[in-house]
Amino acid sequence: MKTTDDRPKIDRRSFLAGGTAAMGAIAAGVTGASAGFIEDLLHKNFKEISPDRMQRIVREMEQEYTEKYGKNVTVSTKGAQQGVLFGYGLDLSRCIGCRRCVYGCVNENNQSRDPQIHWIRVLEMDKSKGINLEESNPYYNPETVPEEDSFYMPVACQQCRNAPCIKVCPVEATWQEADGIVVVDYDHCIGCRCCMSACPYGARHFNWAEPELAAESVNPDMHYLGNRPRPNGVVEKCTFCIQRVRNGKYPACVEICPVGARKFGNLLDEADEMRVLMRKKRVFVLKEDLNTQPKFYYFYAT
Amino acid sequence: MKENEEQQELGQDLLPGWSALVVMLMIFGVLTVITLMTLLRGSDDHVDSTAEGRIAYGPEDFPELDFEMELLPHVQEAAEGKEAGVFTVPPPPFSEEYIFPCSECHADLEVNPERRELVDMHDDIVLNHGPAERWCLDCHNAADRDHLRLVNGTLVGFEESYKLCGQCHGTIFRDWREGIHGRRRGYWDGAKQYLLCAHCHNPHSPKFEAMKPLPPPVRPQFLRTAAEVEPEHAGATEEGHDQ
Ligand code: SF4
Ligand code: SF4
Repeated sequence: MKTTDDRPKIDRRSFLAGGTAAMGAIAAGVTGASAGFIEDLLHKNFKEISPDRMQRIVREMEQEYTEKYGKNVTVSTKGAQQGVLFGYGLDLSRCIGCRRCVYGCVNENNQSRDPQIHWIRVLEMDKSKGINLEESNPYYNPETVPEEDSFYMPVACQQCRNAPCIKVCPVEATWQEADGIVVVDYDHCIGCRCCMSACPYGARHFNWAEPELAAESVNPDMHYLGNRPRPNGVVEKCTFCIQRVRNGKYPACVEICPVGARKFGNLLDEADEMRVLMRKKRVFVLKEDLNTQPKFYYFYAT
Repeated sequence: MKENEEQQELGQDLLPGWSALVVMLMIFGVLTVITLMTLLRGSDDHVDSTAEGRIAYGPEDFPELDFEMELLPHVQEAAEGKEAGVFTVPPPPFSEEYIFPCSECHADLEVNPERRELVDMHDDIVLNHGPAERWCLDCHNAADRDHLRLVNGTLVGFEESYKLCGQCHGTIFRDWREGIHGRRRGYWDGAKQYLLCAHCHNPHSPKFEAMKPLPPPVRPQFLRTAAEVEPEHAGATEEGHDQ
């Protein structure tokens, strides 16, 4: 495999955009290139890449990022654990709308700082109106929160069991893993944004420009399907912090929430916090009538 | 004759008359309005000039906040030692100016159970926890100040203060024990750290303090897009691009 630099500068997306007319020219240009490059060009879905090839890709990625950011970067491809289905709980009676979770998420998941991408959006709602998404306000910024007449509802990817975004993707660049996390293969996504319009929660975000991420801000613990730096022109979203939860850790937003409104665990384990929560409290899911069957449960503990 | 009339009527309907003109004008009008609205919405003029959500902040703009949240060493140790399900708790939060054990001062002091204004010592304590019904020695043990006292007379250490709180707040105590109430950090499937009630709630004034929220997201109208990025980018990074 050659180093990344002397490879012809063309990626899968522009290749596809070029269409068949350009194919002859490109083919002529790459006859001298290594097999790896042609494989890259006809990049297989993450699920179909052979373990050997995957190893090579990941090692290359680690090398590239380590050089680029001057940190020892690791890119994991760790798969789902047997007998685990992740679920999330959020206590609306506790959340005070402080947005610590929003920025904690950005810090953990290497989102672009400007153009800004936030995976979590906290909606301010009027207590007298209940959960009313149309009249909610994500741009609130008073001196202090919580305000007397408001309550707050953070919304991110709801990790649906019956996810509409997966169904509409024309290239199968997004799918649900065995542990229930809906992931995106950034190298396979063609940026058509069908999934964004299919998602009823506004949870998917598009990289409208080259993401801006300073080297000193990079979180070097990465996962292939999670927080590795995204290229321009692909879609991204919350992955329950796949790089943390696959190693047993709580997601970053769970840990940073100053009021402990956020809960996380394994839905298949009777004794897990999430299962206890679902037994003891009345939980609900957002937009239940759409039959998306989220694994993100809201509840009021008091 | 009758047929002729019918034909005439039919003909009138088909000819472009006033009604057709009005319909065409209406279509034209609606299209114009739609075009204008689209143009207007595309700009940011309709956003209130004082509205928030113009600047892209990042976690770097808040160095005073700890976003990394390193685990306590003993949680990390427990996790590595494969002792799944280990629960650890940081020491109880005493205010820095005061001395523990409390008996160092209180052993020589006479016990005064009177409700009074505290002077010289502990005057920073604002009792806002059922102030009419409660006074210091309802929870702090009079004879031995290094302990707390439950209503049944049992003495508990400060590291077990949750037993004291749980006497009244039973439902919350149960939720906390199960992990539904309160903060936990560490491993969802193993070693974790939990906190005492007093780590988050000031026991003398338990209501959560209001806090300044972190800034709102950038509105779509103010989001930088690819077109603007290319020429601006170089300059922006050079200047440090502070907010
Ligand atoms: S950090 Fe917790 S309290 Fe703050 S907005 Fe997020 S969920 Fe709500
Ligand atoms: S934008 Fe969404 S739907 Fe389109 S290719 Fe990417 S993941 Fe699939």
